[in-house]
Amino acid sequence: MTELRYIDAIRSALDEALTADPTVCLLGEDISMGGPFGATKGLADVHGESRVRNTPISEATIMGLAIGAAMAGRRPVLEIMFMDFMTLAMDQLVNHAAKLRYMSGGQNHVPLTVRVQGGAAGGMGAHHSQSLEAWFTHVPGLTVVAPSNAADAKGLLTAAIRSDDPVIFLEHRGLYWAKGDVPDGDHLVPIGRAAIARPGRDATVVAWSRMVGTALAAADLLAAEGIEVEVVDARSLLPLDLETLVASVARTGRLVVASEAVMTGGFGAEIAASVGAAAAARLRAPIERVGAPFVPVPAGSDLEILFIPSAERIVEAVRRTLADSPGVATPGDPATEP
Amino acid sequence: MLPDLAPDQLVDQLRTMLRIRRFEEALIKLAGDHDVGHFHVYIGQEATGVPALARLEDGDVVYTTHRNHGHLIARGVDPAGMLAEILGKATGINRGKGGTLHLASAAHGFPTTSSSVGGSLPIAVGSAFAFKELGRDRVSVAIFGDGALEEGAWHEAANIAAMRGVPVIFLCENNSLEALGQKANEYPSSTLAAVELTDLVAPFGIPFEVLDGTDPAAVDGAMARAIERARTGGGPSFLETRTVRWPGNRPLWPQLLTGETDVSMAWDPTRIPDEHRAWHERQDGVLRYIADLVEAGRATPDTVRAIDDAARSEMVAAITFALESPYPDPREALDHVFA
Repeated sequence: MTELRYIDAIRSALDEALTADPTVCLLGEDISMGGPFGATKGLADVHGESRVRNTPISEATIMGLAIGAAMAGRRPVLEIMFMDFMTLAMDQLVNHAAKLRYMSGGQNHVPLTVRVQGGAAGGMGAHHSQSLEAWFTHVPGLTVVAPSNAADAKGLLTAAIRSDDPVIFLEHRGLYWAKGDVPDGDHLVPIGRAAIARPGRDATVVAWSRMVGTALAAADLLAAEGIEVEVVDARSLLPLDLETLVASVARTGRLVVASEAVMTGGFGAEIAASVGAAAAARLRAPIERVGAPFVPVPAGSDLEILFIPSAERIVEAVRRTLADSPGVATPGDPATEP
Repeated sequence: MLPDLAPDQLVDQLRTMLRIRRFEEALIKLAGDHDVGHFHVYIGQEATGVPALARLEDGDVVYTTHRNHGHLIARGVDPAGMLAEILGKATGINRGKGGTLHLASAAHGFPTTSSSVGGSLPIAVGSAFAFKELGRDRVSVAIFGDGALEEGAWHEAANIAAMRGVPVIFLCENNSLEALGQKANEYPSSTLAAVELTDLVAPFGIPFEVLDGTDPAAVDGAMARAIERARTGGGPSFLETRTVRWPGNRPLWPQLLTGETDVSMAWDPTRIPDEHRAWHERQDGVLRYIADLVEAGRATPDTVRAIDDAARSEMVAAITFALESPYPDPREALDHVFA
């Protein structure tokens, strides 16, 4: 194990992929200088600018450039600087990358990784802070992962680069400087598997990306009252590890889905519906969602704090799931036992 | 004018042009009796696509657009498999999942057809980029219509192609020409402030040529120069091929307004009717090519008729094959989303 920051784990995965596979190349705006936060810092010095290639500020076409390169024998890792700018590249991503295998009856494949950071952190405002994962999870043919810690960042990015299908790798800017232990050597986290970040018996909180840490903080607060929350890190949104999520809810009988994105039309609703259908007989309370208010991300830091779902809001949601179930509101009640 | 090619190559190109023409005519007739859905035909542009693609080699890729049937046939894709694909049959070249708008044949260098206008431009540049980076002596061709230049993707793709000097050929089939020397914003199917399409190319420093798309010699020569430039590290090229829109393409859905092509009009002008006279006399590149071949003694009317009869028979058999082919197993709808 080595302790790394989340952003360094990302760089480590890129570095090792460039070393291991000569067809891997990095593309993106300003990446040979390291990118806006340093995720690719130093990689051009080691691997050369021909493999760590700056592109013009042309999101639509650099997405297509990466797709065309992937179809011609490279394994590109494209950086889109902010998740908000993915909107500029959606034709190439949604209408082309995601569908080229299908439309050709299996003749094509697009081994493409799109790295993009997002989330509200640092008061960057409405064009540099969104969590748009639901835009991508709505598209058949895309794989979408969103790591919450350094080890998963490295392991999932390695898996994404090795995938023969387009993978959207969602980084959270607010996690870049969070440290975590990362296994040494070839570290791979299989796509499509959730992780139990904290076991608990009384309620399940499903979260991803930075909201996992918020959910863990909420679990700490509730543990002080004797309420044991199970925090499940979805990690992979597409494909979603429904089995792990349903098994957890089957044990706890209660589900809170927490995401930083605005709730309306969000991926939390997808999880609530899917788990709700599969675990209906075991649910003891209505499913709760926690998310941002349905507004653009405000720039001012005080307002931004109000936008981002807090641990307290998750605590309140967990309490509601407990309160709504007659006879199970108190910790240690036998009815809450599996 | 005839391209500077061996006699058998000249006749081969005629065969391909007639096969495309008969394919499209057969498809339009088929659509009269069956629910084929919307499609776009290549009639009137055969004398562009056939010579343009004839000089490509195995491994070169072509990213084409919704008016794609002629391009695939020109590179040897089986018309029967294409018709089956257009009808959504299990024997279709994409197993019924692509349809006319997304025809692909990797074996023939057609990774995909994009029917998002301008959608093929960034990807074609991407493959050219990879060819250059991997040191492969390959060419990537983007084919698109004049309307694609209205998309922002054109400007981004041209910029990257020029900056990186990648081996891409932008083949812009301007099929909306009614008369040369038009003023800005007067192209029938385009809405552009530029007077000339190539005004949108020149600032990037990409070499360009403007060609008569019904003149195979002009297309062949320009394509030879563009391919040479691409293969020798000279970077991108832009070719605008101008053709008049076939009258049958003016309605929203293609109609055989000029009738099935009568090849004898090429050597017997008395057969040309007054209706659509300009089309038959001057604007149909296939009839012009036949006339040039016959006049130059490269083909006799009998040879042309024999080639044409074979093309018609092939398309009759292709239609039968497509109609008689089974639909895919419904479960196949769920395949090929992921690896």
